[in-house]
Amino acid sequence: MTKAPVSVSWRARNDIASRPWPGTTREYDLFKELAVGLVVVALLVLGLSAVFSSPDDPSVTLKSWAVAQPADFVATATAELGGTSGTAGYGPPYNSTADATQKLGPIDLQTLSGVRLPIDTANDFVIGPLQTLPTPPAAIDEWTKASDAQHASWTAAYGDALSKAPDNDSAKVPPGDYGPVPILTGALLAMAQQGTLDPVLSARGSFYNTDYKASILFLGDGSYFPGLADAQHLTGDQWGMMNETGNYPGQSWLWLFSALYQVEPFKSSTNADVLVVFSMVILTLLLTLVPFIPGLRSLPRRIPVHRLIWRDYYKHR
Amino acid sequence: MTAGRGPVSTANDGEPRFSTWTGKARGWALRRLPPDKLLPEGQPSYVSSWIYVFGMGAVAAFVYILGSGAVLALNGPTWFHVSAFGRFINSTHLWSVELFFMFMVIHLWGKFWMAAWRGGRVLTWITGMLAFVVSIVTAFTGYLLQTNFDSQWIAFQAKDALNAVGVGAWFNVADLGQILMWHITLLPLAVAVVVALHVVLVRMHGVVPPLEAAESDAQLRSAAPNPAVDDKDMK
Repeated sequence: MTKAPVSVSWRARNDIASRPWPGTTREYDLFKELAVGLVVVALLVLGLSAVFSSPDDPSVTLKSWAVAQPADFVATATAELGGTSGTAGYGPPYNSTADATQKLGPIDLQTLSGVRLPIDTANDFVIGPLQTLPTPPAAIDEWTKASDAQHASWTAAYGDALSKAPDNDSAKVPPGDYGPVPILTGALLAMAQQGTLDPVLSARGSFYNTDYKASILFLGDGSYFPGLADAQHLTGDQWGMMNETGNYPGQSWLWLFSALYQVEPFKSSTNADVLVVFSMVILTLLLTLVPFIPGLRSLPRRIPVHRLIWRDYYKHR
Repeated sequence: MTAGRGPVSTANDGEPRFSTWTGKARGWALRRLPPDKLLPEGQPSYVSSWIYVFGMGAVAAFVYILGSGAVLALNGPTWFHVSAFGRFINSTHLWSVELFFMFMVIHLWGKFWMAAWRGGRVLTWITGMLAFVVSIVTAFTGYLLQTNFDSQWIAFQAKDALNAVGVGAWFNVADLGQILMWHITLLPLAVAVVVALHVVLVRMHGVVPPLEAAESDAQLRSAAPNPAVDDKDMK
């Protein structure tokens, strides 16, 4: 007689899995197990906390950046003025830069969301903050009266000169047709080094504010902030999504999300983020709906880990 | 007509019949989850493996997450930078989260290899997965609330995935106020509700029997009647 395969169906049938267990039982105390669980986990939590504590690396400020790497700060401010920074070319929800969005085939969810958190990097990151100074630089007038083409020409020339200057130092840049850009970026550097740019950029003219996107985006456009993250193994190509500062465990449960960024076709795709998110949604749905998927739901039968889990039952059957 | 609290009539089979919505709801709940199934004093003999402790371990860790999180929330997200006690509470919050996920993942994969969705338990599996997914989102918002270098960097990096799928404007990872509200109100409530539903479903359907369990097994042949099992549910 051929033995029928063991059912792994999710359906309630008239079988052993579907009926209340009529066989032998053992004593079980739900509340006692909960109490023991609470005590054991409390000891683990208290022990781990006492021994390892928790990470708390201080936040980076615009001031600490401007003091530590003034050349990088000035180069970034120049790119913000010229509209060539990462944020300036990001697209929605910050601005409407053409062809900047990530797409899933013909689907462009990023564009569909619209420009809902508008950021004009030149005005929001440089000109606007400088206008809050007690004596704003006169160079602001020259900048605001010039055309977009002139802005682009000045910032491109100054950015190029900065990149060729010894140590990228703005003080060592040779004379050139930079317009008001050196004065504006120099004034912003001084403002940042004094610590007055941080509150201005985060508060944006208001008393209360909880939205730090302007400061975080400006920091991210430079190379100082990403450099610190790189040193801590936090960047995307270092499995950074599941890492934590120092030697602490981070969000290790994001390992698969992080792993996809390390392999092709995701790794080199300009649509990597949307592709990875879409793939994770599909994989999560597959695992959630595995009881309904023939083949996948049979894996527990084909790979008999259950023989280990219920070895005591099988030994005495 | 009397104002008694019991059923208004009894059918031929002895089952109580209720006329009010409240009574019907109570009757339904009592039929599906009688007290001896909700709070059992016995379990089938096959429930004897270390794998079974991890579900309860996750629930215990969740209790400490809520407790430590409540203390942190009452003192504000920057308190732990300036207080040694705050730092310790922050540490207990971190480690209870790490344990919660470790227990939950072991529990999840244990249940996968048991094919624990068998016999009408598919909703138990789905609510378990839902609890896992909602917990991941909740933990993510917690990492954004550290108000230190790590949260700055996570906000900068994570915005790309959220913006790419068009939700970054509504779920602004750099907005501390918005993320704080998600983390201390909506998401913990969602996790608690889904976990509670999951636990109730486990109690309703019982622990799934071993794959390949057969009527000829000694555990079934030599069984005495089990008071913890309600035969009416076999229908």
